Order: sequence, then structure tokens, then C-alpha cells
Amino acid sequence: MVRDITIMPGLDKAGVRENFSVITLCAGETVSIVGPTGSGKTAFITDIELLAQGDTSTRRRVLLNGEVPDDEVRNNPSLKPIAMITQKTKCFADLTAEEFLQIHARARGIKNFGIVGDTIELANKFTGEKITAESRVTILSGGQTRSLMIADAILIGAAPVILLDEIENAGIFKQEVLRIIHDSGKIVIFVTHDPVIALLTKKRIIMEHGSVKMVLYRSESEVRAAQNLLELDNRVSVIRENLRAGKTITKDLLAVNFY
Amino acid sequence: MKLLMIAGPPSAGKTALVKQIIKKLMDSIKIVFLKIDVVKAYEDIELKKEFKIVTKKFYSGDLCPDHAGVMVMADALEWAEGNSADLLIVESAGLCLRCAPYLNQGLGIVVLSSISGIHAPEKMGAMVSLADIAVITKIDLVSQAEREVLIQKIREVHPGVILLETNALQGTSLHRLYDLISNSKDIDKETLMLKGNPPLGTCTICVGKKEIGWKHHFGVIQKLDGHVAEYLFRGE
Ligand SMILES: Nc1ncnc2c1ncn2[C@@H]1O[C@H](COP(=O)(O)OP(=O)(O)OP(=O)(O)O)[C@@H](O)[C@H]1O
Ligand SMILES: Nc1nc2c(ncn2[C@@H]2O[C@H](COP(=O)(O)OP(=O)(O)O)[C@@H](O)[C@H]2O)c(=O)[nH]1
Ligand SMILES: [Mg+2]
Ligand SMILES: [Mg+2]
Ligand SMILES: [Zn+2]
Repeated sequence: MVRDITIMPGLDKAGVRENFSVITLCAGETVSIVGPTGSGKTAFITDIELLAQGDTSTRRRVLLNGEVPDDEVRNNPSLKPIAMITQKTKCFADLTAEEFLQIHARARGIKNFGIVGDTIELANKFTGEKITAESRVTILSGGQTRSLMIADAILIGAAPVILLDEIENAGIFKQEVLRIIHDSGKIVIFVTHDPVIALLTKKRIIMEHGSVKMVLYRSESEVRAAQNLLELDNRVSVIRENLRAGKTITKDLLAVNFY
Repeated sequence: MKLLMIAGPPSAGKTALVKQIIKKLMDSIKIVFLKIDVVKAYEDIELKKEFKIVTKKFYSGDLCPDHAGVMVMADALEWAEGNSADLLIVESAGLCLRCAPYLNQGLGIVVLSSISGIHAPEKMGAMVSLADIAVITKIDLVSQAEREVLIQKIREVHPGVILLETNALQGTSLHRLYDLISNSKDIDKETLMLKGNPPLGTCTICVGKKEIGWKHHFGVIQKLDGHVAEYLFRGE
């Protein structure tokens, strides 16, 4: 069981100590990590994924339920309570989607192989181009790989902590992903440049020069702004799908009602 | 003196890993470094410049670099002891997939890159199966799921090996490796032996005959589809 994760401060890119005492994230909490490109967002969640113990470039330390995790938890995927979806959209393993998921399910100690079909089915909810069990993972498109990895993290990783690095990229149906991941009782961390995702989480961590600059909580007016943005984002999605399908855009598609 | 044998295919990240080990341990122990390669290697110059430690290289030329390594190892130990080293790190060429340079003492480490493909661990034979520790590098280049798939594959092929993952450029998550090295036993030169069985390595190609086809050769020979001289060929 993961009740909480504690992140202890490390050093910024210039070697200066980070300006927070500890950051604690509890089960059921969703958090977004924002900041300019290169500011250390990926490095921050990678520290969590590796359960860093002062042995990464940021020198941060990460505790599980207030304790230093065992070596075994750090090194054995079947014990690891964390699933991470990286920015990478390329696979090098020369396997079919089915073989890949089967081996991963074994790595995670899962006996039920029905999960492989379910994962491919879920992945197809996130992408417009169908993935089949026989598709080789090395030749999937960026969006297909992303979709498969997200579905894999949700069903096979099935971890109490999920880390997502810029899911808005690669043209997948992000609202579908958000709908499934939200309210799952997990700790969910989104690294994002997307204001919709950033405003959907109650907590925001702002990064700068490799360190945490501040931690903000969503205000009441931001909750309303998030609603407006979602509406806007839905319209953009409809327009995007219309364009992708070769249709032309009519005036009524562009209309937006703000609250 | 402690001994570390590092093997793995070219560009796997052996040197990057060696640099992390040296950086971490050089303040507490004296480290010397030997690079064994076939024709060209620059590691000795690079490491000497970066860390100001004693280094050396050895070219095996026509011989299999692992075979050559066995021949020169006794001299290498003397050289290292002559430099009053506490730890000798040997980086092998990593070209011969039939041999493995590991000895019955010290630590044998195979370095594998995350992007070398899922079947690499099976194809590398003794280089993986006889290693004490497998270090997977370049984890910064692949997804978590793919890392776990590769680890599972290695575990299934070689259940006993200690598996570690790292971004060797940053030296992430290597605490356990440093502990394993620090706690490894000193070697005893008198009883030092090769861990695996080396293949028989003499045939007419070895001595320079260039004609194509098994009819022109004798010694350890094999037809494409046949089993001539099976009692000699031990490639499996
Ligand atoms: N505290 C730190 N100390 C040293 N290096 C750091 C630190 N934080 C980040 N870095 C390094 O800075 C580089 C950029 O960081 P990172 O990839 O995390 O940026 P990012 O915010 O995810 O950027 P993008 O939005 O482009 O994905 C990386 O090489 C990372 O290892
Ligand atoms: N991104 C990344 N690159 C690496 C890593 N380890 C090594 N490299 C790079 O891979 C290349 C080969 O590494 P090197 O240590 O020389 O491999 P060797 O031939 O096995 O000694 C170099 O360009 C390294 O910088 C790693 O963990 N991550
Ligand atoms: Mg990033
Ligand atoms: Mg090298
Ligand atoms: Zn050989």
C-alpha cells in the first residue's frame, strides 16, 4: 500500500539547495508539474520513478510511506508501486504488441493473460489508428506507442502511483485518458505544458532551473476557468478530428459559450 | 587487490559506467584501469586525463580479445600490484560472443544497453550467463515498460544474475553496485581461473588460409548444414 510519497529537496542546476522543506503527495491526489522547457519537470518525476536516494543528478531523495524504500522495491518491477509514461514514443524491443504486453505482465507478476487483450482494447480508445495484437511495437507510430504505453501503465503497471510525462503530445485523445485516470484513488502526477491538464489538478508544482520554485493550490476562480477551458478544448478536439478526417470547418463549429 | 571485469558489446556504455565507478570510489581506494581491445582504443588516454589514474591498453590483434586477455592477465595483475592498486578495472573489447572474460574471483559485470534489442541477452551467451552483475544502461532513452520487459527477459534467461539499471551518463541508481564492489573479496593470484570453458580456437582460418569452403580446411571445421567434427566444435 502506498499512502504517501515524500520528496526531500535536492540541488538545482547550479548546485543550490532547493527552497522547500518536503513535498508530500497522498493517495487520491492529482498534481501537475509545470515550467519552461528544460526546467527539470521530467527529472522531477524520474526521481520518483527511480525512488531516488541522492543518487540522481538532482540529489533528491524520495520516501514511500515516510520510509526509505528497500533496494528490492527499487530494482524489481513486480514490487514497484509506480508506473511511468515517459516522453519517449519509440520502442526498440523487436516484439509484437501482444508479446510485449505478455512479458510485461509476467514482469509485473500478473497471472491473468486476459489482461493483454484488455490493454490493447483500452489503447485503441486513445488513438485513431487501430493497434492490433500482431502489430510490431518497433513500427507503431508515436501516438500509437503512447496509447499502448498509457493503457499498459493503467492495466498492467496498475500501480498506486502513476506518472505521466506530457500526454497531450502525440495527438492522442487526452480527455479519454484523463477520464479514466481521474478519481481512481491513485497518486497521479502530470508533467504538462497544457493549461487544461494543469487546471484540472488541485495542486501545481512550478519548476525553474532544475528546482521546485513553488507549490500552488487551485483557487475557486481557477476551477471555473478550468470548466471554460475544457469546453474550449472539446471544440478544438472536434475541429482537429474534422480536419484529420478531411472535412472542412464550418462557422458553428467555432462557436464557444463561456460561463 | 580487488578485480572488476567489465564486458559487453561495443557502445553499450562500459566506459561510461567505469567513469562513474572511478568518480565514486577514487577518493577512498587506488584504482588502475586496463583496456583490452582488438585494434583501436582510447579509453586509457581518456580516463588518465579525466581522473589522473594509472591506465594501460593492450591490443589483441589477430587473437580473440578474450583469449588475449587470459594470456596477459597474470602480467596485468603484477602491473596493477606494482602500482599499489586496491582495485583493477579491466574493460574488455566485447566483440567475441563465444568467450567470456570473467574469472572465478572478483566481480564480472556485463553491460547491456536498453536499446540493443530484446534478443541481445540471449545472443550474447556466456558474456551474460557467466556474469555476476548485469548493468542495463541508457534507461533514459526508453519507456519504463520497455525497461521492465528487457529485465524480465534477462531474468528468464539468467535467473541468478544481479540486475541493475542506470543512466550511465549521470550514474543514477548505482549505490548497490558501489557496495558490491567495495564488499568484494580480494583476489588470490595463485587460484585465479577462467570461469567458463573457452571454445577451441585453432583452425586453418586462424592460421591465415583464405580459401572459402570447408574442403580447404581442417581442424575445427563445420559445414553450413552438417556436423563435421562435432566433437571439436563447441559453439553451442
Ligand atoms: N536539479 C538538477 N540538477 C542537475 N541537472 C538537472 C536538474 N534538473 C534537471 N536537470 C537536467 O536538465 C535537463 C533538462 O531537464 P528535464 O528534461 O527534466 O526538463 P523538462 O522540464 O522535462 O523539459 P521539457 O519540457 O523540454 O520536457 C536534463 O538533462 C536533466 O537531467
Ligand atoms: N543517453 C545515454 N547515453 C549513454 C549511456 N551510457 C553510455 N552512453 C553513450 O553511449 C556511447 C557509448 O558509450 P561507451 O561508454 O563509450 O561504450 P563502450 O563502447 O561500451 O565503452 C557514448 O556516446 C556514451 O556517451 C546512457 O546511460 N544514456
Ligand atoms: Mg520533459
Ligand atoms: Mg569503451
Ligand atoms: Zn573468443
